[in-house]
Amino acid sequence: MSVPGAWYLGLAAILFGIGGVGLLVRRNVLVMFMCVELMLNSVNLTFVTFARLLNDVGGQVAVFFVLVVAAAEVVVGLAIIVAMFRRRAAATADDIHVLKG
Amino acid sequence: MLANVLASSAAATDLAHASAWAVYLVGAAMILTGAIGVVLLRNPVHCALMLVITLFGIALEFIDQSADFLAAVQIIVYAGAIVILFLFVIMFLGVDRREAVAAEPTRFQKPLAIVLGVVALVELLVLSQIDHWVTGTPSQAGTLGGPGDNVQKLGQSLYTGYLLPFEMTAALLLIAVVAAVVLSRRQDPVAGEMPAGAADNAEEVVAE
Repeated sequence: MSVPGAWYLGLAAILFGIGGVGLLVRRNVLVMFMCVELMLNSVNLTFVTFARLLNDVGGQVAVFFVLVVAAAEVVVGLAIIVAMFRRRAAATADDIHVLKG
Repeated sequence: MLANVLASSAAATDLAHASAWAVYLVGAAMILTGAIGVVLLRNPVHCALMLVITLFGIALEFIDQSADFLAAVQIIVYAGAIVILFLFVIMFLGVDRREAVAAEPTRFQKPLAIVLGVVALVELLVLSQIDHWVTGTPSQAGTLGGPGDNVQKLGQSLYTGYLLPFEMTAALLLIAVVAAVVLSRRQDPVAGEMPAGAADNAEEVVAE
């Protein structure tokens, strides 16, 4: 009938790998955040695929919660970046050491 | 007559099959293009726009697996709110031009990161091949198939079995809003209470 679940899982694994490499490679904190979003989205895709495979609505509910937590995380993270930028006028990963007390 | 009906239903099944594959392939192409763009492009604004492409691709894959509500929420929340927030911060901070490529403190980081990423990817793919994920255990949260549409089932599960987590997400969102306001408040030394950084500056001024 439709596309087998393994194709979606493989796609999600590749997306997770790309996001992980980007998180490790990039130095701009904003782009690192975007890579975290990529990884979250790959996990969401996995959840939806398993919800379909297992005929279980719980997977889709989990995606709902992941979306909410991702939104909260982005709000707080970007606020931290703005506060960091006010003190340091730079937004690379090496400037995060201004966060230490 | 019967043969005609059978042939047309078989053709319809074939068409549904082909369209499911077409949607999957288009979505996969969008996802991979966007993800590689996010990692490779230098300008953060371009990265954010590539992220939008990936998010739309994910929404396509959701639709392909008949998760209609989540596809809509994906576009509204991610493309409509989160990416706009990213772009807003990028423009607000004015970091859309420079990227300190010259300052590379750890030289082996890039090759090491790529090797680690490839190892993780191979590991995931091998695990998905050798393991049997679908156990056939009956669903606890409710089934996805059967009568009723996607939104109804999701809502029913969310407001009965997952009510406490749902309420906790409300608290989480409130905390996030308060945290954003507190963190991004302009720290004005003239104001009544002195934040830590402003107090340090004031002490320096006094010492001078």
